[in-house]
Amino acid sequence: MTKLQSLPAAKTTEPGKAPRRRESPGNLAFSRSARIKGLVKHAILIVVGLVMIYPLLWMVVSSLRPNDLIFREPGLWLNSLDMTNYTDGWSALTHPFGHYMINSAIVVLGSIVGNLVSCSMAAYAFARLQFTGKKLFFGIMLLTIMLPFHVVIVPQYILFSQIGWVNTFWPLIVPKLLATDAFFVFLMVQFIRGIPKELDEAARIDGAGHPRIFLRVILPLMVPALATTTIFTFIWTWNDFFGALIYLTDPDMFTVPVALRAFVDSQSATSWGSLFAMSIVSLFPVFLVFLFGQRFLIKGIATTGIK
Amino acid sequence: MSAIGELSSMTRRKGAMTKEEKKANGRDNKAAYVFLLPWLIGLVVITVGPMLMSLYLSFTDYNLLQPPEWVGLDNFVRMFGDARLHNSLRVTFTYVLVGVPLQLAVALLIALVLDKGLRGLPFYRSIFYLPSLLGGSVAVAILWKQIFGTTGLVNQVLAMVGIEGPGWISDPSTALGSIILLHVWTFGAPMIIFLAGLRQIPNMYYEAAEVDGATTLQRFWRITLPLLSPIIFFNLVLQIIGSFQSFTQAFIVSGGNGGPSDSTMFFTLYLYQKGFGQFDMGYASAMAWVLLVIIGVFTAINFIASKYWVFYDD
Repeated sequence: MTKLQSLPAAKTTEPGKAPRRRESPGNLAFSRSARIKGLVKHAILIVVGLVMIYPLLWMVVSSLRPNDLIFREPGLWLNSLDMTNYTDGWSALTHPFGHYMINSAIVVLGSIVGNLVSCSMAAYAFARLQFTGKKLFFGIMLLTIMLPFHVVIVPQYILFSQIGWVNTFWPLIVPKLLATDAFFVFLMVQFIRGIPKELDEAARIDGAGHPRIFLRVILPLMVPALATTTIFTFIWTWNDFFGALIYLTDPDMFTVPVALRAFVDSQSATSWGSLFAMSIVSLFPVFLVFLFGQRFLIKGIATTGIK
Repeated sequence: MSAIGELSSMTRRKGAMTKEEKKANGRDNKAAYVFLLPWLIGLVVITVGPMLMSLYLSFTDYNLLQPPEWVGLDNFVRMFGDARLHNSLRVTFTYVLVGVPLQLAVALLIALVLDKGLRGLPFYRSIFYLPSLLGGSVAVAILWKQIFGTTGLVNQVLAMVGIEGPGWISDPSTALGSIILLHVWTFGAPMIIFLAGLRQIPNMYYEAAEVDGATTLQRFWRITLPLLSPIIFFNLVLQIIGSFQSFTQAFIVSGGNGGPSDSTMFFTLYLYQKGFGQFDMGYASAMAWVLLVIIGVFTAINFIASKYWVFYDD
């Protein structure tokens, strides 16, 4: 083998690309170095990954330990399974923790329905219909994705408090019914643009109007975009702290994040165990959604950044 | 095309679609506005209306109980003498200017390692992505508060090698750093966008460079970076906008008061205290507009600078 051929190749051997390389006597040796390189890569990734999720694993384990051990045990082993943190934490606040989870579930459900209905309607108009001011409105819609929440929060609060909606779930749900999560409008516009126009044209020739084309042709085809919206709405609403902190001051109405925060305030530093236990409980629905919705989550994130 | 790509292309090629639009003009107006109705109502009632109202309030003194009283530029003048506000700006700028580049660098690095048909990619991707889904939650902020506490996980580990760590969260010199680290930890979302971008780069470029004898580093600088620049730009703009608005982590870690000695008093946290703690709604509105202008300026600088380093092949 000549040096000219082998040198550049040596530096680029990567597991996935190896078979494409030209046959040369040196390749055997290189595939071995590629394997070593691959192993090193995996080792690094596993170490980094472990560091990344170690805090989460440690929190799970700590929630199953007696309180005094949490501050002495950086490891992940358990001598016994102690569920008292969970039972204590569950009933530490005015209401059992399940009450706050139900509140969160109501807000999440309302938000999902709101986003699905209103965003898909707006997206259909932007992607398929021609109308006066379309470009202007579309530009405004894109800009609202980047608008900081804080610019509108004070007047929104005043508005909602004047119609008596403070300490109700309406301020958290109604904006979603009005498609203010423009991110999802954009996501759906992108998706609809990828659906062949011939399909709606065929439906139109068959005499279908826009409501029918939207409901019968477009909506069934955009299920992946709707799933992405559902999953992201679930996770973001479940985690939403700022909105809930401002609008929900009555413990009866607390959602999970504000309840957790109240828990931090009400407890002395010695009850980390039950605090961790309820934190795990609060993260569990998000984790489940992550587990089952991963495909959509990753697609949704990936396509938003692609040019 | 991304939202940001679309915005910048709208300003670049003016009137690209007007011909088609003109022909069709008026045809679907009625149907279109029916479909847009929820969004239009939201735009007026939830977004533009409150924006105008907040602009008005920023020139008033308003505490929710008495009607707003016009004070002109008083709120903005007050800001010049408000040392806590200056500090909150410094904290926020530090957070954004350190946290965002650091997070994106890690995201890009891991994405590069994960690229090119690595075995077990879905597994690694999930592990790295999970923190960014949970990172904004109160639960993780609570976890962070314990990890970096005086007797927390970090110091327990340090104690094993004989180092006595500081009380990271209770020490003003390290508290902000801990929150920045939390931000870096959530690099998963931009990483996935980078991964998708890397997949779009045609393999033939690399093969050609390989034939020409380019080194790994050369291929990274000459091929990967330029072709990935629109994606880097997208991530940069979005992360900067998002980071300026960070709130939950600082609120929980500091117990709601931005401590110790205001070292984690983010701009948004101070705004919250002014508006919803002291009901100084006029001042809070003025602060919100300052935030909007800051974010606007940063985004504009980004867009202008992008002309020099972002490479569009269309």
